[in-house]
Amino acid sequence: MPEDRFAGRVWGFDDDINTDALSPGQYAVDPVEVRKLHVLESVNPSFASEVAQGDVIVAGRNFGCGSSRETAVENLKALGVACVVAESFGRIFMRNAIALGLPVVVCAGIRGVFEDGDRIEVDLATGRIVNVGSGSELRGDALPAEMLEILEAGGILAVLRKQRGG
Amino acid sequence: MGMTLAERILAKAAGRQEVSAGEFVVADIDLALLHDIFAAQVFDMLGEVGVDRVSDPDKVVVVIDHLVPAPSAEAAALHQRIRKHVARAGIKAFYDAGEGICHQLLPERGHVRPGMLIVGTDSHTTTYGALGAGGTGIGTSDMVYALATGRLWFRVPETVRFEMFGELAPWVSWKDVILHLAGRFGADAAQYRAMEFGGPAVKSADMSSRLTVANMAVEMGAKFGLFAADEITDAYLRDHGGVGAEPFGPDQDADYEAVHEILLSALPPQVAMPHEVDRVGSIVDVEGLRIDQAFIGSCTNGRIEDLRVAADVLRGKQIASGVRLLVVPASRRVLQEALDSGVLATLVDAGASVLPPGCGPCFGGHGGLLAPGERCIGTHNRNFVGRMGSTDAEIYLGSPATVAASALAGHLADPRHLEVTNA
Repeated sequence: MPEDRFAGRVWGFDDDINTDALSPGQYAVDPVEVRKLHVLESVNPSFASEVAQGDVIVAGRNFGCGSSRETAVENLKALGVACVVAESFGRIFMRNAIALGLPVVVCAGIRGVFEDGDRIEVDLATGRIVNVGSGSELRGDALPAEMLEILEAGGILAVLRKQRGG
Repeated sequence: MGMTLAERILAKAAGRQEVSAGEFVVADIDLALLHDIFAAQVFDMLGEVGVDRVSDPDKVVVVIDHLVPAPSAEAAALHQRIRKHVARAGIKAFYDAGEGICHQLLPERGHVRPGMLIVGTDSHTTTYGALGAGGTGIGTSDMVYALATGRLWFRVPETVRFEMFGELAPWVSWKDVILHLAGRFGADAAQYRAMEFGGPAVKSADMSSRLTVANMAVEMGAKFGLFAADEITDAYLRDHGGVGAEPFGPDQDADYEAVHEILLSALPPQVAMPHEVDRVGSIVDVEGLRIDQAFIGSCTNGRIEDLRVAADVLRGKQIASGVRLLVVPASRRVLQEALDSGVLATLVDAGASVLPPGCGPCFGGHGGLLAPGERCIGTHNRNFVGRMGSTDAEIYLGSPATVAASALAGHLADPRHLEVTNA
């Protein structure tokens, strides 16, 4: 079950990072152990090998645009990414993140405030975001209660299990 | 306050008199679509959650279209698993390899009706908006929930309306229109929102064109890409499944986030340039760039109308040497119609390779991928880095006329410069 607050090291990405970059088509039906090695290789070839448990992605507009492939989210989780904060998200990516229990926050102006390696603090319930080094503080959109509820349950399948009394 | 098309569809599915943008609803799913990349996984996940039957097998369509014919033993085994799952779940609407692309088959075989709420494990599920249905892409976990319960949560989207005026010039198509909109408004212009297409010019857009536009609404971030159902929809439904439909549109006093007026008359053929769908310009700006491959197909532009335009361009001519032209009909029916009408012979005579109905090379799995340094123009919907093979290849997107003209010339070419004989 994800917590509501995170602190982590930042990986920065620009606008329009698409699902082909997050989960390349030629590995579509490979297991996650293979897929995760190719995450964002067309954008930042060192990301997949150097990203560590608890790291946070800070991105520009339209992060995760493109296809419906849930592997885009699953791959990031498998690499240990704790949270993604972006100016905006591709709709299905955001939906899939909620469904898989990966915290996401929409925050205008976020990309200009963080560099690779900065430390970030994120409070999901309030949307408060802090750059620990510079002290800059931004206010992202707090997630709607309906989405936070699924996220806090650990994803849509955890909700389903609960509804079925499992 | 009246409702937009998106609000009408979600109100009906949620069993409510009225809903408005921003609300969360739990809605009944009218149709769920799975294709071969995700179907086996979804059924496996259902089992893992302890669900031994889907809530309503008659509301599920399964299509094997991406890995067709199976390019590897693994893909063949995946298809084998899907066939077993489909039989076990009692799903009757199953289209096996070779029948065609899901987004062609669902309208063509009469599964889609105005007002329906349709979810699919594919982003281009927006295509069904062409018939006034709310189609949208979801991931596999959400699909497991939808199949188990018959329901899913939705945020009612705000709607951006596009009012279309004027007439398209010769050799300019609705593919050029949607590329133009993506370029002008951006890849996230309709993020989390519905797009509604209306205005006088839409009245003369045939169903094939509407399917192209609704298909690519997702390239602007849209949840739905909607056309009102009218007499063109009614005629299409009568031809594909037998039962027509009453008009179904937004209320006159619906509330839109924005209304854009678009004049089509002066629009030149458009191309999306590498590596983003919203990097769009006139063909005039890129004419002359050498190409290695031309691709006519996909759920965006693989219909008989598209093949016919290509045949009109290529009739009696030969594609340039050094260019590979791949033609992939969107369904077996499209292939049959192309065969019966002579369109296929025209394309083959001109030098085209014809691949079996399915997704072809569009999503980068197989069937005509690109080497480093190669350049391709296709009628499909995405030109992301590495989408069709090498990350060092370039993909341009255009209309069937532009792609066929480029195959003929050996470089990106303006179809308006063609001299057409015997059209």
